[in-house]
Amino acid sequence: MLEKLHTLQAEAETAILETNDITALRDLKVKYLGKKGELTSILRGMGGLPAEERPQMGKVANEVRGVIESLLIDRETALEEAELEERLQLEKLDVTLPGISQEIGTAHPLNSMIEKIEDIFIGMGFGVAEGPEVETDQYNFEALNLPKEHPARDMQDSFYINPEMLLRTHTSSVQIRTLEAKKGEAPVRIICPGKVYRRDDDDATHSHQFTQIEGLVVDQNVSMSELNGVLFAFAQKMFGAGIEMRLRPSFFPFTEPSVEVDIYHPEKGWIEILGAGMVHPDVLARVGYDPEVYTGFAFGVGVERIAILKYDIDDIRQLYTNDLRFLDQFKSV
Amino acid sequence: MLVSYEWLKEYVDLNGISPEDIAEEMNRTGIEVEVIYTRDAGVTGVTVGYVQEVTPHPEADRLQVCTVDVGKDQPLQIVCGATNIAAGQRVPVAEVGAKLPGDFKIKKAKLRGVDSFGMICSAKELGLPDKVLMKEQMDGILVLSEDAPIGTDIHSYMGMDDQVIELQLTPNRSDCLSMMGVAVEVAAIFDRELRLPQLDTPIDAELAETFRIEVESEADCPIYAAQTITDLRVGASPQWMQNRLISAGIRPINNIVDVTNYVMIETGQPLHAFDLGNLSGEAICIRRAEENEVVTTLDGEIRTCTRDTLMITDGEKPIALAGIMGGKNAEVTTNTQSILLESAYFDPTLTRVASRQTGLRTDASSRFEKGVDPDKIIAAIHRARQLLEQIAGGSASSQVVVKGSLERNEFTVDLRHSQLIKVLGMDVKEEQVMDIFRRLRLETEQMTDHYAVKIPSRRPDIKIEVDLIEEVARLYGYDQIPTSLLWGKQTPGGLTRNQHTRRIIRRSLRALGLNEVITYSLTSEGASSAIASLHENEKSIAIAMPMSNEHAYLRTSLLPHLIKTASYNVKHGNHRVRIFELGKTYITTEEQLTKLPDERFEVAGLVTGPITPSIWQKQQPQNDFFEMKGIIEAMLSRLGLAEPTFREESPIGFHPGRTAGIYIENQKIGLIGQLHPKLAQNMDLEETVVFQLDLETFLNDEMDDLIYAPIGKFPAVTRDLALVVDEAIPVGSVKEKIKEAGGALLEEITLFDVYVGEQVGEGKKSVAFSFVYRSKERTLTDEEVQAAHDAIVQSLEVTFDAKLR
Repeated sequence: MLEKLHTLQAEAETAILETNDITALRDLKVKYLGKKGELTSILRGMGGLPAEERPQMGKVANEVRGVIESLLIDRETALEEAELEERLQLEKLDVTLPGISQEIGTAHPLNSMIEKIEDIFIGMGFGVAEGPEVETDQYNFEALNLPKEHPARDMQDSFYINPEMLLRTHTSSVQIRTLEAKKGEAPVRIICPGKVYRRDDDDATHSHQFTQIEGLVVDQNVSMSELNGVLFAFAQKMFGAGIEMRLRPSFFPFTEPSVEVDIYHPEKGWIEILGAGMVHPDVLARVGYDPEVYTGFAFGVGVERIAILKYDIDDIRQLYTNDLRFLDQFKSV
Repeated sequence: MLVSYEWLKEYVDLNGISPEDIAEEMNRTGIEVEVIYTRDAGVTGVTVGYVQEVTPHPEADRLQVCTVDVGKDQPLQIVCGATNIAAGQRVPVAEVGAKLPGDFKIKKAKLRGVDSFGMICSAKELGLPDKVLMKEQMDGILVLSEDAPIGTDIHSYMGMDDQVIELQLTPNRSDCLSMMGVAVEVAAIFDRELRLPQLDTPIDAELAETFRIEVESEADCPIYAAQTITDLRVGASPQWMQNRLISAGIRPINNIVDVTNYVMIETGQPLHAFDLGNLSGEAICIRRAEENEVVTTLDGEIRTCTRDTLMITDGEKPIALAGIMGGKNAEVTTNTQSILLESAYFDPTLTRVASRQTGLRTDASSRFEKGVDPDKIIAAIHRARQLLEQIAGGSASSQVVVKGSLERNEFTVDLRHSQLIKVLGMDVKEEQVMDIFRRLRLETEQMTDHYAVKIPSRRPDIKIEVDLIEEVARLYGYDQIPTSLLWGKQTPGGLTRNQHTRRIIRRSLRALGLNEVITYSLTSEGASSAIASLHENEKSIAIAMPMSNEHAYLRTSLLPHLIKTASYNVKHGNHRVRIFELGKTYITTEEQLTKLPDERFEVAGLVTGPITPSIWQKQQPQNDFFEMKGIIEAMLSRLGLAEPTFREESPIGFHPGRTAGIYIENQKIGLIGQLHPKLAQNMDLEETVVFQLDLETFLNDEMDDLIYAPIGKFPAVTRDLALVVDEAIPVGSVKEKIKEAGGALLEEITLFDVYVGEQVGEGKKSVAFSFVYRSKERTLTDEEVQAAHDAIVQSLEVTFDAKLR
């Protein structure tokens, strides 16, 4: 019997190792170890053995079973792996074929510039205010020290709808609306992005519609050094920490002193990026802020100007033509 | 303002200061310098020549052979084609080796067999701009004055070596609209000596007041001064005066007109000379024009006036538009012997209005409309008379007659030192402040805590304390201002929820593959009638004086420009267009605006062409209604709103069977649909689907109030249902009914098939849904699910006559 068992083991071992097919392997398992299998049939002969031999024989039989089982498992694993290997070979892809296109749209460069500027000032504690694009003459001009027939109205020839209403020529009108709404409360720290309109013929450097971001700070003891500091922080965030910036005296009817802000461009020299100034005392007084107590500064950034400068755009009309070959280039900004 | 460096040098010590230095420092102290240019325009080697002899060219009718003395041993032979050449003239000669503008080199030439050693030049060939040329100088060679020294370099003779500094003046600095004003400014900037001409030199002789001045309204013309001058000899002005006028961008005409212009540039006070021989001689009247009164101005144009025009008359006829331009009927001509010289102050606003109404903007009007310096009105007349005596041989024949007076608005402005420091945010020493006022020639008294500064009439822009602060700051140097960040009470800042949501909408649409565009708010008249907006009874708001028909109305929908943008792109080879814009529309129901329109943020999108740029695996699907619907649903789901419903609608400009209103809880928020094929075809577009949403219908500034719902712990049961209904029944209605009938246990409904065809019969369709049932409290039993499912089936059978498949 012992011999039978050993023969069975040797036979099974050969059969298992020679099998190259999972199904055949399963058949072998049934053949040797199944309920009606060969091992069982040998064990059936145990009853004919003397009682003292039975434990020994049982032990050997279990060993043989163990060996065959583990041979089966090993062989099965090996066969499965070989089969997988074969499948993987068949599944090989040309990984250089293009991916299934999943496109993300592009933000308009002016809007991404607005967001960028908004975020810079939000970081300095500014809120974002908004105001109407169709404005009254009062808010757009009169309240800003620009009475009718003021020569400075020439600088911003406008689209009137009727004698009292026009498309705003600047976002400065929002200064007045904001201060009116604040009713003397301080500090005021807001920026206001928006569209503005002037009677300019559209060409490479002019657009009848463009975008401004107005800024306004009003508090006790606001001075030109804060104006300088806040705008310098802005210039650094926008153009890099190494940027050089200078203030140049200028004139706006609603600020005094007024400044123009230039940055230094390595190829183009000093380039104007925005206008600013200390809010004119008459403007403050008119909306209920005592100019003896409160001072403030305001600034107006031309968004197109910054975008054109930063991206070296040669024609402002590109920004309003929306040619997808142009827009597509701004995916990463 | 064009500033001649040579002229400026006469008034200010500019030793060691170049035009570039002036430009740099003026820029830094508040006057923008546009450009500096040399008047020579690249001309070299041109000299004054004397035409000794002119003989016809032997071979060419149109050419002449000239013998020209250029101050050398031998005269030059030059072939010339100009018809105005004549012996005895002095002319500019470009000798061999000379250079003319455009890098044009003069070489020895043979013209039809005759040698030519140079070229006789026209004004244009010397690079003189048309603006400063008289009509007769536009053609032919430039004939120089009889006293032009032969052999002199044309540069020095015509002042072409002068450098011109072009100032871009802000409206407040009208004081720099004169050479004297610029001199004061430059002397202050560089702290240099000032040598202004002595203006106030009245004549000694006691002359009569030979005419009277009548002023209708003192407000229109607070002061008017005039003097008559006789025995004038009209001719060309001396070259130095012509050169300076040309540098200032003014065309020399004759010595009389030139003197009035010269004094204007010198002092800032515009003058006018009337030919006395053409005046009634008794009176000069200043009055408002009658409505539609006409006058022919010097340029030959007939000007129709309104009551806003101020008119000068001689008591009988109009002779000038006050402060703007003289009349043709009293023009100084070569026959003029005596003149009436006018110097006045005309109301700035009135001048400005009249100038705009007549469309005439002159050197004079641009000065009057900013307000001239009252101090110079009389002085300028004296100065002009003095120059006329010198160069035109005239003499005064009347006293300077003056009507009215202008209070010298000289007053004192106080500057507190503490306020200076407060506004600038830096310390400036008192002696530095005093020094700046000295340089600016502002008479200042230093008090214990402030400065009392006397403001001269030449600086009307300085009115209040802060104006003086600016004066100090700009000369002290804006580059001295320190930088500090905001201090004091902190503000949280940030976006409002509404602003934030708009960013999210834009971000979501981009994530869904749409590209953002920005188009113009102004559109054409027809644009809004071609396609429906989201508003009812709205009136297009028209611009009063549009620049073009293209941009004449404010948009009431974003779609017209979006469609145009798509059309542009397709025409330029971008066939796959997926775009959106978030911007405002301007809505009113008023025919004539009496209040500001309702400005509404809207978002609109458009897709046309294939959905994906390229698919190598399968056929490219085209953009369609459902693609766009999916985009909107995804975007709206990002905003946490109730689920939108879509209802068939057929507004103008849309495909009548492929368009829907978009609703949230019965509030209409927008439209989605395919463009009407006719409209699409007009715009060269293939099948195109658009949407527009009125954000104002659902955006608000409230905080979001989302509360998390626990994930269901109990198992779900899935059941499918396929039924046949009339083809006309919208699936949306079926789905609504299912939701209603399914009750609380129905968690999810998914449509997974729609079939129309033979198997379901004519006019019918099969729709198949998959339902998920789940309870939050317990595991559902089969019976419970079956009951809910049966309720749905029954409800659909009753409502839609649906049959189970």
